Amino acid sequence: MTIGSSVKRIEDPRLITGQGQYVGDIKLPGQCEAVIVRSPHAHANILQINTEKAKNLPGVCFVMTGEDLPTDLDPIPMRLAPNEALTKALQYPLAKGKVRYVGEPVALVIASSRYIAEDAADLIDIAYEPLTPITDVHKSILPETSLLHPEIGSNDLFIIHSKKGNVDELVEKCPYVLEEDLYVQRHSGIPMETRGLLATIEENGRLTVYGPTKVVHFNIQILAKLLKKNIKDIHFIETDVGGGFGPRGEFYPEDYLIPYAALKLGRPVKWIEDRLEHMKATNHSREQKHHVVVGFDETGKIHALKDEIFVDTGAYIRTHGVTVPVLTQGMFAGPYDFEALEFITHVVATNKTPTGTYRGPGRFEGTFVRERVIDMVAKKLNMDPTIVRERNLIQPEQMPYSNGISALGQVVEYDSGDYPQILERARLAMKWEEFADKKLQARRDGKIIGLGFAMFVEKSGLGPWEFCEVEFAENGRLICKTGLADIGQGVETALAQICAEQLGIPYSNVTVLHGDTDEIEKGNGSFATRGTVVGGSAAWYAAEALKQKLLSFSSELHGFTKDELDIKDEWIIQVSGGQKICPLAQIIVECQKQGIELREKYTFSIDHMSYPYGIHAAEVAVDSETGKVKIEKYYIAYDVGRAINPMLVHGQLVGGMAQGLGGAIYEELKYDETGQLITGSFMDYLLPSSMEVPEIDIEILENSPSPLNPLGVKGAGEGGTVAVAPAVANAIVNALDQYPIHITSLPIRPEQIRDAIKKGIVTNEVEPL
Amino acid sequence: MTQSNSKEITLTVNGKQYTTSVEPRMLLSDVLRDELGLTGTHVGCEHGICGACTITMDGRPVRSCLVFGVQANQAEIRTVEGLAEPDGSLHPLQEAFWEKHGLQCGFCTPGVLMSACHFLEQNPNPSREEIREGISGNLCRCTGYQNIVDAVEMAAEMLNKNKKSEEETSDLEIVHSGRKVEV
Amino acid sequence: MKPAVFDYHSPADLEEALRLLDEFGYDAKIMSGGQSLIPMMNMRLARPQVIIDINNISELSYIQVTDSVIKIGGLTRHYQVEESKEIERVCPLLTEGMKLIGHSQIRSRGTIGGSIVHADPTAELPVMMTLLGAEFTLASPDGKRTVTTDEFFLTYLTTTIDMNEILVSIDIPIPSTRTGYAIDEFTLRKGDFAIVLAAASVTLSEDGTIASASLCLGGVDGVPVLLEEVTEGMIGQVPSTELIAESCEQIADLVEPEPDIHASSEYRKDLCITYAKRVLERAAERAALL
Repeated sequence: MTIGSSVKRIEDPRLITGQGQYVGDIKLPGQCEAVIVRSPHAHANILQINTEKAKNLPGVCFVMTGEDLPTDLDPIPMRLAPNEALTKALQYPLAKGKVRYVGEPVALVIASSRYIAEDAADLIDIAYEPLTPITDVHKSILPETSLLHPEIGSNDLFIIHSKKGNVDELVEKCPYVLEEDLYVQRHSGIPMETRGLLATIEENGRLTVYGPTKVVHFNIQILAKLLKKNIKDIHFIETDVGGGFGPRGEFYPEDYLIPYAALKLGRPVKWIEDRLEHMKATNHSREQKHHVVVGFDETGKIHALKDEIFVDTGAYIRTHGVTVPVLTQGMFAGPYDFEALEFITHVVATNKTPTGTYRGPGRFEGTFVRERVIDMVAKKLNMDPTIVRERNLIQPEQMPYSNGISALGQVVEYDSGDYPQILERARLAMKWEEFADKKLQARRDGKIIGLGFAMFVEKSGLGPWEFCEVEFAENGRLICKTGLADIGQGVETALAQICAEQLGIPYSNVTVLHGDTDEIEKGNGSFATRGTVVGGSAAWYAAEALKQKLLSFSSELHGFTKDELDIKDEWIIQVSGGQKICPLAQIIVECQKQGIELREKYTFSIDHMSYPYGIHAAEVAVDSETGKVKIEKYYIAYDVGRAINPMLVHGQLVGGMAQGLGGAIYEELKYDETGQLITGSFMDYLLPSSMEVPEIDIEILENSPSPLNPLGVKGAGEGGTVAVAPAVANAIVNALDQYPIHITSLPIRPEQIRDAIKKGIVTNEVEPL
Repeated sequence: MTQSNSKEITLTVNGKQYTTSVEPRMLLSDVLRDELGLTGTHVGCEHGICGACTITMDGRPVRSCLVFGVQANQAEIRTVEGLAEPDGSLHPLQEAFWEKHGLQCGFCTPGVLMSACHFLEQNPNPSREEIREGISGNLCRCTGYQNIVDAVEMAAEMLNKNKKSEEETSDLEIVHSGRKVEV
Repeated sequence: MKPAVFDYHSPADLEEALRLLDEFGYDAKIMSGGQSLIPMMNMRLARPQVIIDINNISELSYIQVTDSVIKIGGLTRHYQVEESKEIERVCPLLTEGMKLIGHSQIRSRGTIGGSIVHADPTAELPVMMTLLGAEFTLASPDGKRTVTTDEFFLTYLTTTIDMNEILVSIDIPIPSTRTGYAIDEFTLRKGDFAIVLAAASVTLSEDGTIASASLCLGGVDGVPVLLEEVTEGMIGQVPSTELIAESCEQIADLVEPEPDIHASSEYRKDLCITYAKRVLERAAERAALL
């Protein structure tokens, strides 16, 4: 059995010996290097650009500005959730006449080395006329604020409204109503490897680009369209990738500029984003303001919930379109059965870096708001917050359950799940029943501790399809070609395990190819936690077809019916009795001799997503003198339907938690009122280190396999991230239940906690009706 | 401005001596990667925070983005490429990282390995907390560090075991710390 | 993020270094450990025309401990002080404080002189030097002069060091035997520059009363701040939590830290009191054990 075992990764031997090949590691003869000159202003007119001095610097081979772009060039289109109304807010590869965020590309400089290119960039003289920067969503939509994209007619670029039932009516009837403003700060994926590209022109005139990832087959279409080239004349090659997390691999201005420059120059052009660029050029994410109204009764049952959301989308609409706002709404209700829901989401333009997805897009934000609100409801009623959760959960017998709100073009319909059971597990694991005593004892010892929970539902396995091709090579190894991309998550190992399971071979005999558009005929790529679900299912079926071919050939050769045979441990065996008939290798050789092609392709299509679910729980200790929080115990239970490789699922959850913790306490892409990013380096943008991330207990559950795919799998990529902030926040609030603490925004700062403690003990916060 | 102020330097990397001419402003990380073709050392921030470019220089871990190539003249350098035995046998740390799933994207891994290698030389029997402290100068965005700590813990055990068996078998037998790279 | 062009000199001895410094004047920058300068150069926030790399001047790298003083050469690296058993014996504060500096990679390369001359008020070395009453010897072509920390640190990243001078040696007096030390800091992440940093020493008399005490804070002003007002009232008294707490309350009136994105002025002030108490208590406890 290969599926379900924690085998070691096939990717690792290269990576641990320094033999990985990331895009920056590739060096082509005659290559030159690019630097992007970026706007230092949040909002300004470009009056004049003087590139003479730069062009004259020895070693410089190419300089271009927005004026040099082809006049018929289209802006970079939306990949997901495209919307006609938003096409007027798309970004061109270089600014034309106006800049709208700090970091916007204004000029491209190419020289014999990055060092000289930076020297030349310093020599480009740009005259700007600064305009008033817009850095706040509420100010942005005031009538007197100037428009960032006048053709749209408003900085409130797009409003998404969806509802189920009549919220207002129900709220009216509720004995309790809670109204809150909550805020999730801007932060992002920040992979350890920055973006990079290397474009070169082959002898036959074809353009080869190293460095695309995530959605390689989609991006090659965008590039072909923008360059007005035949797609056959372009070749994308994915290299090793140092982390994806959402932002990496989308189509950015540089994805056009670098290939364009290579075509112009006729020599290889390399661009490796530096870290300071990355912080302001690569997609930001998460920044949302929520205004929530919930109506509930004395039992803790929530009847209606309304949320008006303001998404700070930044200066332009990028490839994700309105994916994040749409997912925020669609997944907002989480594991709860609310009778009425209403969402009004405003996609608002500001003079900040444009945004896109980041691990758990929309769910990180929505889960924070929802799970905080649940605890606030509990506090108001003086109830156990886990009981409030319990009273609102969707019951297993309600599955499949539709929450009535749509996301990514489909109404959210949870496929399977036992939510009450996972809540109970967490309560037991964290010893919730005994916690009140423990807390009291701690208080006697002068320690402040608290325990918080946060539940969530994730989505995974976004279609519409994925492709896989499997073939036995002459040397007997199985070649598996997938339309997925490997951004470091272990796709090769997972697919090798799936193929190996079907074909009765060791997973180490499988070579997985991905991301090379010449090798793999089509694909949708790795995003939205779809890899194992959709790509894995394609591999499963392709390998099965190949298996059937082998069995049918064996049955003829050895005089059995096909149904009597199977493959096990590299042998063709007889199903009844398990008798070995013939080594698989022999059959492969025989097929090859007879010219039977041992190759199968499969395109797996799926209409509906699958919905993994789980719970996070945090026990924290608060330093009363500083407000600093220490996570004493952290627990995640996550039902992924079926784990192909539990070790990899575990790794995804722990790693995801670390990113969630960053968003909860440490990370913020903060702007000042002039639109300058003031946390634009690793000195100020605080990624958690090994000293901040605690040990994490993980329970991987397989209680609710997805009925929507042959493997029963649901995705594992994002569940570690989405519920960290509310779990930690609820734990802090629980710890400080004697103090006036009210956490409604992220990141949670020790200063805020210390302030509450300094204000002193308030005996009873429960308000009367 | 160009090659005019270049300096010739000689340095030993993973036991091999190199002589090359570099501009003084060229960072050691760039010298290793671009001039010597040793691209196992990665560059993640170029301002001394992320630790991806960590190498050892004269036996100490340093961030190669915070040293100029010219400053490594006559230095003894070890990079991730020099961790495994020449016959391909993995260093116990490499083996443990593989075994314990101590990496995902692998970008920070070379730097973490070099920090951990020096750390275990200094502290062969560390606690988990000490391991966390020892690798705290290396940021990882994928693993959440837990498996890295597991891996360093495992490597410490392997190294101690090897040391013990080496002592027991005296110098008659060469005990390899790792095994060949095979999947 | 690549540095701008510079001319590079790597003198083999101090004399040559001083000569070069004199020759290039304000165009030149001394490169010691480079752990603060190189990031600035990579970001092109610093663009020295000439780098005088003193890393090959071995005469500047030493630790000498006598009965009354610790002498440390300017080029001595952080880890050498951190790992020195001699220093740990006579001045454990330095050992404790060195471990708070950055991470091991930084301490491999960073130098004592470099950190002091960089004069970041949130850095550990300027605070420790101020607390310990260190003296710095600055060499120039005209000779040498010795300055106190009070004379040396002027404001943020600014010292009295002249354009043609190099910090060659640090002298730290070794105090009487019954002195306990402590240093601690508040950071959001381990290894970051401190938001607030406090170091203290407490010397006890035979009878267990406080003979002398000092407290130095970092992160509250442009230079490390020695708060004699806090400690002078403690002299002659038996150390206790209450005494220390009471003495530290006045810190709120003595410091006016600047706010930044990570902490408001009020919060910093509050942290100052907390950390002052912590280090004074710890120092007193340690002194009592001697």
